[in-house]
Amino acid sequence: MKYRILKKTVLIPGQTSLLVIDAPHVAKKAKPGNFVILRTSEKGERIPLTIADCDPEAGTITIVFLVVGKTTAEMNTFEEGQSLHDVCGPLGRPTHIEKQGTVICVGGGTGVAAMHHIAKGHAAIGNHVVAIVGARNKDLLLFCNELGSFCPEVLIATDDGSMGHHGFVTDVLKERLEQDKDVSEVVAVGPVPMMEAVSKVTKPFGVKTTVSLNAIMVDGIGMCGACRCTVGGETKFACVDGPEFDGHKVDFGELRLRLGQFRDQEKQSMELFQHKCHCAEGK
Amino acid sequence: MTEKAAKTIRRPRTEMPVQPPLVRIQNYLEVALGYSEEDALTEASRCLQCKKPSCRQGCPVEIDIKGFIGQLQKGDVPGAYKVLREYNSLPSVCGRVCPQENQCEGMCVMGKNPEKTGGPVAIGRLERFVADTFAKRLAGGDAACQQITGEAACRMTRDDLTVACVGAGPSSLTVAGYLASLGIKVTVFEALHEVGGVLIYGIPEFRLPKDIVRREVDAMRELGVEFRTNWVGGKSFTVKELMEEQGFKAVFLGVGAGLPQFMHIPGENDIGVFSANEYLTRANLGRAYDFPNHDTPTFKAEEVCVVGGGNVAMDAARTALRLGAKKVSIVYRRTKAEMPARAEELEHAIEEGVKLELLSAPIALNADEGRRLVGMTAQQMKLGEPDASGRRRPEPIEGATREIPCQLVIIAVGTRPNPILLEATQGLALTKRGYIEANPETGETSIHNVFAGGDIVTGAATVISAMGAGRRAAKEIAKRLLGTEL
Repeated sequence: MKYRILKKTVLIPGQTSLLVIDAPHVAKKAKPGNFVILRTSEKGERIPLTIADCDPEAGTITIVFLVVGKTTAEMNTFEEGQSLHDVCGPLGRPTHIEKQGTVICVGGGTGVAAMHHIAKGHAAIGNHVVAIVGARNKDLLLFCNELGSFCPEVLIATDDGSMGHHGFVTDVLKERLEQDKDVSEVVAVGPVPMMEAVSKVTKPFGVKTTVSLNAIMVDGIGMCGACRCTVGGETKFACVDGPEFDGHKVDFGELRLRLGQFRDQEKQSMELFQHKCHCAEGK
Repeated sequence: MTEKAAKTIRRPRTEMPVQPPLVRIQNYLEVALGYSEEDALTEASRCLQCKKPSCRQGCPVEIDIKGFIGQLQKGDVPGAYKVLREYNSLPSVCGRVCPQENQCEGMCVMGKNPEKTGGPVAIGRLERFVADTFAKRLAGGDAACQQITGEAACRMTRDDLTVACVGAGPSSLTVAGYLASLGIKVTVFEALHEVGGVLIYGIPEFRLPKDIVRREVDAMRELGVEFRTNWVGGKSFTVKELMEEQGFKAVFLGVGAGLPQFMHIPGENDIGVFSANEYLTRANLGRAYDFPNHDTPTFKAEEVCVVGGGNVAMDAARTALRLGAKKVSIVYRRTKAEMPARAEELEHAIEEGVKLELLSAPIALNADEGRRLVGMTAQQMKLGEPDASGRRRPEPIEGATREIPCQLVIIAVGTRPNPILLEATQGLALTKRGYIEANPETGETSIHNVFAGGDIVTGAATVISAMGAGRRAAKEIAKRLLGTEL
């Protein structure tokens, strides 16, 4: 069976899981920054997810997802041995990685997973990678150990202060940028407000800032323009021109609005799915 | 005999039954219902079997139209099908989506004096009848070869002769079907999750039922064609890898011209503005008309404007009606006469209640504070001198603008080549407009044994012209691979 789930790890119960998926044709080519489009079933919707890791020899890719709608909720019910219906990729332009000195990689929420792959790429080429990871509390922190295995510094921020800095990743980032004038690039992957805030913080320092946009997509290969976003006053397709762009040029407000285009239907789909689940459980 | 006979035969074209407009906009089922056997025989009898048939010259793949209708006149459907299949790999598709009025039927001698003759023979409807009827009668394992070639048996597949097709639209499917029937092993790589290209994601179910496409694809599978979906040319693999690592002897590039064009006017990224590609892909590939039973949602609005005058615009407008819009308008900068859409599609759209806002060019899309679309500002146009396309150029009437309220705008103003595969293929020569340069006779590109055809060579055109290109390339590939065996 294609696209079999070889390993499932529940990272945050009911909320975030990691899947290792058998997809040799994607794994062979996947680079940091790439994403896949997947479907859970024959009637499923195509959704984009950034690749969190890959193993070309084993023919596997790793994805990490947060349950936000029907597709991800359904995926969260899948166990090892079950299969996704479709995995298409690798898509998007890979992260531009070159030897350049110190790179700060900031990750928020589930975005840490994708950031992890990018950070790994920067570390592999010999950059000094500083990882900054944030979450609401320490139980929701992801990938800290993995990042620790190749990043000389992993800095943590939690909203409630249960671990690391009490506050936001942007506080930690700002402090770091003030202390260290040699940072060549900041990469941010996470919720839109977080990427926007990071870009605001880095602006006065004049540091190159790269963000990964999680726009709504349909085909993921430039055919439809669902993912169009405004970057530096120009319309770009996140799927083929991105997903990574200069954070100082992105119109985040527009991205946020466009992400909400189908909110009513998404809610309807999710409610129907939950209702079916409850019925199946006999509730 | 032609001229004389034309004067004496006065039976009009046999109408094809259709779902009534008010019924069909409530469903997503096929509008045109097809001929009964009686209808088909009646219509076939109108064909004069001209000594020098001109209809054939109007066909991009030069189907022996006289031949297949001749068989039909004898009541021999399999015979008629065999003739069709010699020239056309997807007759049930072409019978539905070809612009026959500009092609075969446009050249039919019966059309020259329609008051007396009743108009041209309904060649497209007959083609559809033959293909559908033949497919219905087929069953079992041997059927695949019959469906693809009209012959009882095809050659055994040889695993040492392998050809890759990139993209699974009309041109690639033609290549695959033709080569498979000659025993060549074909693998088709498709980026989307379903095979058929524009036949699946673009043309709506109500004009081309997806079961028909599936039937053709299944027959190819039975014949040994392998389909690999979710493989993106230029991302999951390169053309070089196909030839050097995977050992394909030839590669055919039929990736279409899928990149949507926008108008570059203010408000185009507001909520409620879609490319026709997105709108139709959601509805067709994603079956959003069946939401929430299918997961893909679509955008709903009471007032919809579709910008453009081609078939894609008609498809989008008619889809919007079926998805519940109260008022759907086609906004076009020229007049009805210049619309590139098929006459039948335009007629169907109008019957269904689609309004036409002619000589109108959108200059701004207007939204509320939440950037949700509320309307369009349209510039009034008038027709000036003919431009390069031969159509009269629309010119703005200064100061004449008006507001059209709408909450959904669908932009159907054309497409451009998708650069993903082209950029990833070193040594592939492109035209100035960014399409692949291919030999018009053979379809061969600047790379030896790499061929191309369809929209990625010509720019957006018809299904049948893409199939014609596929056929030419397939013949050349077969000649090279099979040599004297052919």
